[in-house]
Amino acid sequence: MIIRFAGFGGQGIVLSSYILGQSAVFDGKKAIQNQAYGSESRGGECRGDVIISADDIYELEPDYQDVLVAMAQPAYEKFVPLLRREGTLMIDQDLIVTDHNIEPAGITRYSISATDIAFKKYGRKIMANMVMLGYLNTVLGLVGRNAMEDAISRNVPRGSAEVNLQAFADGVTLAQQELKKR
Amino acid sequence: MAFDDNRLSYLNRLAGKRYFMLGDEACAYGAIYAGCDFIAGYPITPASEIAELLARELPRAGGICIQMEDELASIAAIIGASWTGARTMTATSGPGFSLMQENLGYAVMTETPCVVVDVQRSGPSTGQATKPAQGDMMQARWGTHGDHNIIALSPNSGQECLDLMLECFNLADEYRTPVILLMDGEIGHIRESVLMPDPEQITHKTRKAARPGEDVFGGDDLVPGMVHYGAGRNIHVTGSTHKANGMRDVTTPEVHDALIRRIYAKIDQNREKIVRVEADTDPRGPARIGVISYGASSRPARGAVLAARSEGIAVDFLRLITIWPFARTQVAEFAKDLDIILVPEMNLGQMSREIERFVDCRVQPVSKIGGIPHTIGQIHRAIREAV
Repeated sequence: MIIRFAGFGGQGIVLSSYILGQSAVFDGKKAIQNQAYGSESRGGECRGDVIISADDIYELEPDYQDVLVAMAQPAYEKFVPLLRREGTLMIDQDLIVTDHNIEPAGITRYSISATDIAFKKYGRKIMANMVMLGYLNTVLGLVGRNAMEDAISRNVPRGSAEVNLQAFADGVTLAQQELKKR
Repeated sequence: MAFDDNRLSYLNRLAGKRYFMLGDEACAYGAIYAGCDFIAGYPITPASEIAELLARELPRAGGICIQMEDELASIAAIIGASWTGARTMTATSGPGFSLMQENLGYAVMTETPCVVVDVQRSGPSTGQATKPAQGDMMQARWGTHGDHNIIALSPNSGQECLDLMLECFNLADEYRTPVILLMDGEIGHIRESVLMPDPEQITHKTRKAARPGEDVFGGDDLVPGMVHYGAGRNIHVTGSTHKANGMRDVTTPEVHDALIRRIYAKIDQNREKIVRVEADTDPRGPARIGVISYGASSRPARGAVLAARSEGIAVDFLRLITIWPFARTQVAEFAKDLDIILVPEMNLGQMSREIERFVDCRVQPVSKIGGIPHTIGQIHRAIREAV
């Protein structure tokens, strides 16, 4: 499973990819994480990639993704054409206007208001990445919840684990509601 | 060599733990396991994380880290420190590695054990500074001037970054020579699972010590014993041609001839002991197509070999772990029944040409430059076209 997180610098995009990769390893799976470095990672769009597999991973930088988690318009426009046919797109619906002309055929789309929830409930937009992680992980069943909560606690700034875990749980709940509907 | 108490207790806290870390970070931990006492370095993408981690962790494990004013000074510092008996290293990338070439030759000529990590990035010059490449394969071999041999290893995973650092330090001490860990920006900058070994399972080779009165730069053995600074004996260490006792003699042809041939031979004659490859021959029988690769390229290369096999194409695979000295015997043996060898590498054919020298079949580079490693699909297509 090849997952790309993309958005602007400062949204916790790279951290999300790191947490997902680490929790996959904690969960006994193989994983690699990669990210944009240098000038590519500053200012404009920012990306973090994760590959999770039960077997050894040979593909280091695939030219397509199975899943795109997009948190900003330019990131969506740049990366959605690289989504595999019948791949999965997850977007923050308040930040992105989708364009069917650039999307591959047959993709499954999930839209949530991650940033809005983060701001209204916690007063901090930065929590949106945790809402998104909870949502992503629950919809796709990527790694065990305990492993991911463990990885979150280890990697968020000191003293903020509780609020981050709450935001993660919000995403889990949203996903469970969505899965019941579908 | 046993760890001192400080290092042992540091490593015991890590033993058995699994981390999700950069190849660069795994390399740095490998240095701590290898008993590295001293790193001198200067920051450069994509190698900075090695010295960054060691700046934080090495002092906790009883070692010293110094940021130098540049790469010339960095390698000079580790050569000097090595002569005090310390296990020493530096880490850099292509442009910094170029700056180190003169003193790399000094380390070869003075037979100074030390480890230089080169996390290769896209060049020449500043090129694509943040992008990976494998363009320093020949710089590692021939970057410094004059006749010499060199040892260089190339890891293809985070775990191997750690494991090969142990081997680099051991080879450096065993053969009294600089050893290069030829990483690439891809392996250095992806995060993977890395298991921290049990320090009790680690073996360190000990440097041979010169007996009292014994020459430090010659004698009966190809690798002479060393005398460390502060050990109570005066020695002379020079990059100029020297006699077995270390004293300069730059005019007698026989002195230069004997010195350089011995330094050359100590690696050449131990090639079979030093070289490590990983071979995976097609279990279903004789293949006509072979793939040889190393470092980051060897990951998609192996993926492509497995994909080709799954559609019925017989393919043999060989991964070079030791880059220098070149695995000429192993490559010749691998090529025996093949019609063609494909060589995926992130350069325009540096190792392909070396392979060509030792085989009778066709050798075709599968080059990828531009800062993104091969995909499995690209190498898979090359295999299909070779059928």
